[in-house]
Amino acid sequence: MTADAVNGTAPVQKPPATPGVAAAALHWALVTLVPILAALLLSGGVLLALGTDPLAYYGLVLQRGLLSWLGLQASLSRMAPLLFLAAGLIVAFRAGIWNLGTDGQFLLAAVIVAAAGPPLAEALPGWVALSLCLVLAAAVGAAWSLLPALLRAYQGVNEIITTLMMTFLGTSFANVLVKLAFRDPATTVPQTRTLAVDDRLPRLFGTTISGGLVLGLVAVVLVHLMMTRTAFGLKLRVVGANARAAVHAGLPVPRLTVAVFAISAGLAAMAGAVDIIGVQGNVRADWNPAYGLAVIPLVFLARFNGFASIAFVFLFSVLSIGGESAARRLGVPHYFTLVVMAILLIVLALVEFVDHRRRERMRA
Amino acid sequence: MDGLLTQAFLTSLVLGAITAGVPLLLAGLGEQISEKAGVLNVGIEGMMLAGAYLGFLVAYSSGSIWLGFLGGAGGGLLVALLMALLCVRLGLNQIVIGIALTLGAEGMTALLHYFQFAQSYPRLEGAATLPIPLLSAIPVIGPALFDRHPVVYLAVGLTFVLAWMFRRTALGLDLQAAGDKPAALDAAGVDVIGIRTAAVLATGTLAGIGGAFLANIGAGLFIPFMTNGAGFIGIVLAMLARGRPVWVLLGALLFGACLSLTTALQVAGVDVPTDVIQMLPFAAVMAVLVLFGRRASLPAALGLPYVRGAR
Repeated sequence: MTADAVNGTAPVQKPPATPGVAAAALHWALVTLVPILAALLLSGGVLLALGTDPLAYYGLVLQRGLLSWLGLQASLSRMAPLLFLAAGLIVAFRAGIWNLGTDGQFLLAAVIVAAAGPPLAEALPGWVALSLCLVLAAAVGAAWSLLPALLRAYQGVNEIITTLMMTFLGTSFANVLVKLAFRDPATTVPQTRTLAVDDRLPRLFGTTISGGLVLGLVAVVLVHLMMTRTAFGLKLRVVGANARAAVHAGLPVPRLTVAVFAISAGLAAMAGAVDIIGVQGNVRADWNPAYGLAVIPLVFLARFNGFASIAFVFLFSVLSIGGESAARRLGVPHYFTLVVMAILLIVLALVEFVDHRRRERMRA
Repeated sequence: MDGLLTQAFLTSLVLGAITAGVPLLLAGLGEQISEKAGVLNVGIEGMMLAGAYLGFLVAYSSGSIWLGFLGGAGGGLLVALLMALLCVRLGLNQIVIGIALTLGAEGMTALLHYFQFAQSYPRLEGAATLPIPLLSAIPVIGPALFDRHPVVYLAVGLTFVLAWMFRRTALGLDLQAAGDKPAALDAAGVDVIGIRTAAVLATGTLAGIGGAFLANIGAGLFIPFMTNGAGFIGIVLAMLARGRPVWVLLGALLFGACLSLTTALQVAGVDVPTDVIQMLPFAAVMAVLVLFGRRASLPAALGLPYVRGAR
C-alpha cells in the first residue's frame, strides 16, 4: 500500500504501484504488523518500568477482551461508536481535512440524543424513534462543524485549530446541558433521563451485542464505497490530493469542503448516538470517553481503507475492553491505552518512512 | 451583581488573568518560534503536560520551586527532542507526530501520577513572590501586577527580548527564512535543519516552563490532563499574533482573564456554573477567528518538512 498515507503533506491515499498480489500482501502485512508488534513491545517496556508484568497484562487483556464470551460481546458492542468515528475520519482525511473535533461532536450529539430519546420513545414506535435519534445526532454534529467548515472553506482558517477549539467548547457545553437543561430530577448525580432498555437498539441474536455494531459496519462500508466508487468520492479525493488543482479542474472546492465537514461530523455524532441508544442509555455529567483521538491512529494504520479499519477497530476494542478489566485487576489505569496509541502512531510513521526510503532506493 | 466592580473582584480578576495567562504566554511564544521556523507544533500540549508533571515532581521532591522550573523545562525539552528528531530530522508528518506526542504525554503523565501521587495528591506550599518596591503599593493592580513570582516578570521580559530578536538579529531573520523559504536559507549557507531543531527545542523548553508554572504556581499540584487545551490556545495565539510576540502577550492576558473569571465571579458572589465559564476562552478563540481569521498569516512552508533538493 502507499507509503505516504502518514508522511505525505495531506492525508490522502495514492494508488499503490504493486508488482504482484502476493508481494503486495506480504508488504502490507509487514508495514501493518511491524508497527503493531513494535508498539506492543515498547508499551510492554513501559509496563515493565512501572513494575507490572507485561505478559500478565497483555494476557489478561486478551483473556478479558477476546477469549471470554462476556468480554467478546462487550468488545463487539464497543466497536459500534468506534466504527462510526472511523467512517467520519476516513471521509475527512481522504479529503485532506483534519477533523480533530470528533470528541466534541460525539459528546454533544450523545447528550442531545440522550435528552430526546426517552420522550421520542414514548411518543413513537421503537424503530421510528431510534431512526429519528440518529438523524437528530447527525444534524447536531453537522451544525457543530459548520463554523470550522465555513472558516476553512471561505477564510482559509486552519481547521486543526478550529475543530480542537470546538471540541473543548462542545465538551463543556455538553456538561452544561446535562447539568442545567436535561437533568433528570429523579437522580442525585447530574445525568440525563435513562432510555429504557426495551427502547434501545435491539441486541443481536439473543446475545448482549449491541445492534449498533451492524449500523457501524454498514456506515464504514458505505463510506468506503462512497470514497472509492462514486464520482462524489473521487471529487473529494481530488480536493484532498491537491486543492489548487481541484479548483482548476472546476470543482466547487468551498462547497465540497463544507460537505466533507458535515458528513464527517455527522458520522462522529452518530457514533455518540449509537453509544447512547445502544449501550449507555443516558449521559452522566463529565462523561467523556474521548474515543475520537484514539481512532485516529487506527484509520492511519488502515491507510484510510474502510475494511482494514474494521479489523483495527476490533483490535482496539479488545484492547480497550480488556484494558478496562486489567485496570481493575492489575492496577494499571486505562490511561495506558493512550500510551499504546501514541507509540503505535509514532512507530507507524517511522515504518512508513523507512519503507518509503527503501522503495525510493529501489527505484533509483 | 452589585459586587462586580469591587476592589476584591478586580484584584482577583487581574491576579487570575496573570496566573492563567503566563502559561498561555509561554506556550504562545514557544509556538511562535516553531511556526516562524516552519514547524507546526501540535505536540505543544504534550510538552506543557510533560513540563507540568516533571516540574511538579522536581519541585515536590527537592522543595525548590526554581529546580521545579528547571525540571519543567526538561520535561518539555524531552518531548521536543522527540518532535525535532521525528519531524525535523526525519521529516515525518508534523500533525500526526504532534497528536501522538500529545496523546503519549497525556497517558504517561497520568500513569506516572497515578502510581506516585494518586493516593495523596500532595500540594506544594505557595511560592514566594517578589514584590517590586513602590509599584506593588498601587491599589488594586499593584498587588496583582507587581507582587508576583519572578517567573512572571521573566516571561513578560522574554516577550520583548523575542520581539527584538525577531526584528533585529540575524538569528531572527534565519528563523523567518526557515519558515518562509527554507531552500533560499539553505542556499545562503545556513543549516535549515539546525535552525528548525533549535526552534522546536526552544518551544519545548518554553512550553515546559509554562506547564511547570501551571502546576507549581497556578495550582500547587499536578492533576492529570491539567493543561486542558492550554497548548492549543497557545497555537491559536501564535497564529493570530502574526509573528509579533507583544500580541501574544496581549492575547494571553485576554484568555487568562476569561479562564480566571470563575474565581473572580465567586469572589464577587455571583454564582455561574464552572462549565459555562470554561467555555469562555474557547468561545473567545472562535469569535476572534471569525472576526480576524482571514488575517492570521502563517509562514509559507509551515508544516512542510525540508528535504534538500526536493521540490
